[in-house]
Amino acid sequence: MNQIDLTHFSLRQIAELLQSKKISSVELTQTFLARIKQYNPNINAYIALDEDKTLAQAQAADARIAAGNVTPLTGIPIAQKDIFCAKGWPTTCGSKMLAEFIAPYDAHVISQFDSAGAVNLGKTNMDEFAMGSSNETSYFGGVKNPWSYDRVPGGSSGGSAAAVAARLCAAATGTDTGGSIRQPASLCGLTGLKPTYGVVSRYGMIAFASSLDQAGPMAKSAEDCALMMNVMAGFDERDSTSLDRAKEDYCKDLHQPLRGLKIGLPKEFFAQGLDANVGKVIEAAISQYKKLGADIIEISLPNTGLSIPVYYVLAPAEASSNLSRYDGVRYGHRSAEYSDLMDMYCKSRAEGFGAEVKRRILIGTYVLSAGYYDAYYLKAQQIRRLIAQDFVEAFKQCDVIMGPAAPSTAFKAGEKVDDPVAMYLQDIYTISTNLAGLPGMSVPAGFAQSDDGKSLPVGLQIIGNYFDEARMLGVAHQYQQVTDWHKQAPNLDMPEGIA
Amino acid sequence: MEWEVVIGLETHTQLQTNTKIFSGAAIKYGAEPNTQACEVSLALPGVLPVLNKQAVHCAIKFGLAINAEIAPRSVFARKNYFYPDLPKGYQISQFELPVVGKGAVTIQVPAQGKNAAYEKVINITRAHLEEDAGKSVHGAVEDMSGIDLNRAGTPLLEIVTEPDMRSAAEAVAYAKKLHELVQWIDICDGNMQEGSFRCDVNVSVRPKGTEKLGTRREIKNLNSFKFMTQAIEYETRWQIETLEDGGKIQQATVLFNPDTGETRAMRSKEEANDYRYFPDPDLLPLIITEADKARIGADMPELPAAMKARLEAQYGLSSYDASSLTTSKDLADYFVAIVDAGADAKQAANWMMGSVSAKLNSEDKNIKACSISAQQLAQLLTRIADGTISNNAAKQVFEAMWAGEGDVDSIIAAKGLKQESDTGAIEAIIDEVLAANGAMVEEFKAGKEKAFNALVGQAMKASKGKANPAQVNEILKKKLSA
Repeated sequence: MNQIDLTHFSLRQIAELLQSKKISSVELTQTFLARIKQYNPNINAYIALDEDKTLAQAQAADARIAAGNVTPLTGIPIAQKDIFCAKGWPTTCGSKMLAEFIAPYDAHVISQFDSAGAVNLGKTNMDEFAMGSSNETSYFGGVKNPWSYDRVPGGSSGGSAAAVAARLCAAATGTDTGGSIRQPASLCGLTGLKPTYGVVSRYGMIAFASSLDQAGPMAKSAEDCALMMNVMAGFDERDSTSLDRAKEDYCKDLHQPLRGLKIGLPKEFFAQGLDANVGKVIEAAISQYKKLGADIIEISLPNTGLSIPVYYVLAPAEASSNLSRYDGVRYGHRSAEYSDLMDMYCKSRAEGFGAEVKRRILIGTYVLSAGYYDAYYLKAQQIRRLIAQDFVEAFKQCDVIMGPAAPSTAFKAGEKVDDPVAMYLQDIYTISTNLAGLPGMSVPAGFAQSDDGKSLPVGLQIIGNYFDEARMLGVAHQYQQVTDWHKQAPNLDMPEGIA
Repeated sequence: MEWEVVIGLETHTQLQTNTKIFSGAAIKYGAEPNTQACEVSLALPGVLPVLNKQAVHCAIKFGLAINAEIAPRSVFARKNYFYPDLPKGYQISQFELPVVGKGAVTIQVPAQGKNAAYEKVINITRAHLEEDAGKSVHGAVEDMSGIDLNRAGTPLLEIVTEPDMRSAAEAVAYAKKLHELVQWIDICDGNMQEGSFRCDVNVSVRPKGTEKLGTRREIKNLNSFKFMTQAIEYETRWQIETLEDGGKIQQATVLFNPDTGETRAMRSKEEANDYRYFPDPDLLPLIITEADKARIGADMPELPAAMKARLEAQYGLSSYDASSLTTSKDLADYFVAIVDAGADAKQAANWMMGSVSAKLNSEDKNIKACSISAQQLAQLLTRIADGTISNNAAKQVFEAMWAGEGDVDSIIAAKGLKQESDTGAIEAIIDEVLAANGAMVEEFKAGKEKAFNALVGQAMKASKGKANPAQVNEILKKKLSA
């Protein structure tokens, strides 16, 4: 069996090969591990690999397959964002603070994949504590965009995005607080879904901003995402914000035709700030949807412009508190030398956290402080409700909302690293859905030329109403039946790309 | 100048739940360090809190017991500060919207010197659910401080009063009343040594007759009523002296040192933390419906005030007796059990507040650990009532029963304490006594009343204490007046 072919296969194709025993999970896993060995040193998508553990899981999966006890994901190697605690695995969240931390328990998402018989291929790189849009804040170094090695893969799920794009895994998990699944999916040319808040349990997923964090799949296609969602989603009593709903089959609407589908285009998503070439790709995708029978309606989300300021009050506020547990007392980095307790706290945290994390802890501490709380935190909560209300109004007129997932294609490493506001603007189109708790996804919609003539992927964002993930996946899947953007893969051996 | 002390209390009551307030970890007191600490107690990365419904149940019970407003929607908030025994770097508590709102507790302040006993209503401001912190352990490892997170996450109900108390006696009466109540409704074991019931006392003074509150100092973590009295009295004197010497009181947190009997400032307000409270995004608002309240209300035991009224009405007890017997549910239940077993109510109350209470006190036991069952005591009282034994003999039987020497009748038999109630036999004894004490008889007939008592004493002596004193009295009277 040709290696390249295998790694490009869809989850359903791989599952068929595994279940018809044309290939074993061990062989499949070894194929991916070999590819990782070849390309990961350059791309840096994985920050933890453990062949023994991985292959032991593959063997167990083969035994399950032999026993006929299979799920669609049994034996399939999945990359896990290093934000999920996985028992016995390093779980660093991209931070020096947790560089030596081995998780003693499994996150809900991890145990869901384990029960399905999936194979954990390794832990993927990410922005430190999921704070960043370029993967450059990782303590373990940046990740290269497989489409152009001088570019960032986006963030914070940059490692997972690069791993899927480079075919270093069959699919991956990500988390999205303000766009951390959709923006890297857009920049790396893959399909990524951030579900409705509460659909995937946050238990064991290291918290950044609890009211916004949501895990989701990052994969080659909408159908792959649907299969991943069938494993990831579901009620978990260990997460009080997990929604107690009946188990859903996310593949159920994949084949639903799009005739009569009402697509809302928010005029605020096509205004100033959107790269013209990206805009053209999105327009072409919309035209494609028209051909598929959808009706296009212009809508307005008037408070879109407030979403970034609101987010950068609320997310840091929650983060400043969530990250207080990293104090050097029980686990994590502790400074080698200190004079007293306060000195231990200060030095351990000063050494353990990177600049972006510190910046957000400071912002968050400030906005929660006595005398500022009402002006910042409380006001931001009020505007958050207005933003959610915008969507309620919009969904009275349309079934799904479409627009760009990110304002530009992948930018060069180092380009925005000293300009936090420019970096924060990367999430201008994604943040409002997190604030509203809505599901959103990014779907490969084509390529746009960069200034230096490179052809880089562009993602179309689809935003659905609460719990409309299955419908959204169907909307994406129908598009993927008539386009092949999602099947494009970068040439990892392009000489000019190897930095 | 005459001064008035103003006191308010914040009491942390540890709720009697099987597991911690936000996790499934057990809460056994005194276990090996960190053996009652799960991943949530340790605040590992990624863990989340889940509210223990039992703790909410306790809070609702308390709200119902003090006739308080119970919030249909209350919110958990994070109180952010760094401390080694606080694993998350924040405590989950309730801030703006507590589960229990305004309520009231009626206290009985005992008589003191020339001041008579009185009742007073103490208003409760609020009661909120929160988690306890762990403990720092010093000295277990040389040159190091250890952290024991067994207690971290233990459910607490913090009960806050208005500044309604005006003396140490009132504060202690309130604390005792609250202590009785939380045990009565079975939400707290009340064990003060183990820290299940801890009081912070806010004390300020002001010139008597003025309205404006003085600057308060908060005495932290008092875990005995004796220390509370000492601490408040010392603190009050200190504040008055400071003001009279022209000083100012600075708002501060103080600790009471039981060895010196003094309070000392721990930190002043300038050093106080900004706790940066905000609603905990990991927990949904706590919703309590009328149906929840009704369901829990139906399960509530009769409350002390209602039971006190019933003891007065149904059993004819005095207010004082009824009040004493309703200081704990076990005591009250014990009393009712004695009466149900056929004993006279007044007699039962006297014995409980006399011999039983003295014996329990001397052995530092509570009624639950009483060596004599209510049925046994009832039988003893029945034997007094039916004339089988005298009151004096009953005391001996009581001692023997306490020592575990057997049941009432076998002890009476073994010790030969049965009273002589045969009229013929008593008459015979009295005839002998009268014959032998002619002088006394003469004295009595000459109008010396005392001689009668002397004759009774002679008769009792002659019967070796076994004659029924009432019968002796009666027969003697008859014979002398014949």
